Amino acid sequence: MDINTIRKDFPILERRFNGKRMIYLDSTATSQKPIQMIEAISDYYKKYNANVHRGIYGLSEEATDLYEKSRKNISSFINSRNAESIVFVRNTTEALNLLSYSLGKKLKKGDEIVTTVMEHHSNIVPWQFLQEKGIKIKFVDINEDGTLRMEQLSELITKRTKIVSVTHVSNVLGTINDVEYIGKIAHENDSYFIVDGAQSVPHMPVDVNSIDCDFLAFSGHKMLGPMGIGVLYGKKEILDEMDPFMGGGEMINEVHLSGATWAEVPLKFEAGTPNVEGAVGLSAAVDYLKKLGMDNVREHEKELVKYAMDRLESFDDITFYGPRNPEIKGGVIAFNFKNVKNAKIAKVLMDEGIMIHPHDVASILDIDAVMVRSGHHCAQPLMERLGVPATSRASFYIYNDRDDIDEFIRALVNVKKVLKL
Amino acid sequence: MSYDIYMDFILEHYKNPSNYGKIENPSTSSKGLNPLCGDELEIYILVEKNAIKDIKFTGKGCAISQASASILTEMVKGKDIDYVKNLKEKDLLDALGIEISPSRLKCALLSYNTLMEAISKL
Repeated sequence: MDINTIRKDFPILERRFNGKRMIYLDSTATSQKPIQMIEAISDYYKKYNANVHRGIYGLSEEATDLYEKSRKNISSFINSRNAESIVFVRNTTEALNLLSYSLGKKLKKGDEIVTTVMEHHSNIVPWQFLQEKGIKIKFVDINEDGTLRMEQLSELITKRTKIVSVTHVSNVLGTINDVEYIGKIAHENDSYFIVDGAQSVPHMPVDVNSIDCDFLAFSGHKMLGPMGIGVLYGKKEILDEMDPFMGGGEMINEVHLSGATWAEVPLKFEAGTPNVEGAVGLSAAVDYLKKLGMDNVREHEKELVKYAMDRLESFDDITFYGPRNPEIKGGVIAFNFKNVKNAKIAKVLMDEGIMIHPHDVASILDIDAVMVRSGHHCAQPLMERLGVPATSRASFYIYNDRDDIDEFIRALVNVKKVLKL
Repeated sequence: MSYDIYMDFILEHYKNPSNYGKIENPSTSSKGLNPLCGDELEIYILVEKNAIKDIKFTGKGCAISQASASILTEMVKGKDIDYVKNLKEKDLLDALGIEISPSRLKCALLSYNTLMEAISKL
């Protein structure tokens, strides 16, 4: 992959802040967008806009065709057997809420759900909704290296387990979970198996057949696509027997005053006028990623995360979280300044031994146009497990290179200087 | 964002905060949280003759939130409760004397909101 050529496709990267080239290290939150994707959306509105699945006229048919072609393209990207398995939603969060609602209806008191402590809030809170029905949630813990405690996972998943929902890649630790193996255990216990692919589908080859997951959720905006479009992949035979999530137009077969019948999958789950521009944009983003090759994307990020970890190792007062082995780590590094030598801050230091608050780190890096995230990353249970209130986080994507990491490291050196520590 | 928010005045309050600590048997106290940041602040107030006789805070958080707590407690110590009640967010921001970006405003105002909460309990 030629990063300089790739960069030219991302107009926003030409922006300068404080006179400096922007170093965008927050793709885990949302990715930047290539011109090809932006133009696909603009092109859609310039030439093809009409409501889909409705009009008899040719323009509406063209819009419908574009929408459904996008579905097929995204289907093939994750190697789904049929395009009907692709339900368009707003984002990963909505996909998981859909599952909590529709699968939750099948669950009864005493049933159990197994998930992990490393989940994003979106893979915790929707399941907590089901607690009022008497459904129990069990959490798999992590080892010191940020990998899942697999022996505990095997114990927690039992015949009482009806849903196992696990992130493919942690948005904080970067841990790449062995979802094939977890899925096997889930299915041996007749449980549904859900994969949160928000941080995997954008960054590595993901094949729903080899994982054999029942569901996979991911967001378009983290994979070069627009905001407001996401995907729920589901095995068609399971989607067929599920109740719809939202009611309205598009999702019905027939409506009478006495009741209604549902449309076929996937439209059953797509109430109301869908986000056609989003689907078209996401399809263009998928084309972009297909052209690069997801194996190449993964190799590039693996190389970058290894380089960044090596450079961070040289700071004796920086600690970072998650696996050290780049083979099982995505392109994300959460870190903190710890035990700063000779620091005079006697009273206000964090209890947990963090000497510089992540917000101060992010603010100071921002002065050098290095953009990292700070906070709990929508993973408060994981922060509690790690014993920290927050972390800073740098994450990498196709448009980042070693120069970006060198700038990041240079800016990090500056943090203590600015705070006069 | 510029270096200005980390000027010496702020850093001095961050490293050597005024009124840091607890008051046993305070007249009122309040705990403020900024869950997004993980900032925590607890303010203790001792009231005598309708004035703040003593005020202390404990907490952990970023330089801005901690320095702002230090500066705010200095501003209100010894003052009448009515004066404190009429204190505006802007008064604290002016006292900080730095330009706070929207994303850091919550950090800067955590102490103000916690103080007002404590006062409202009187």
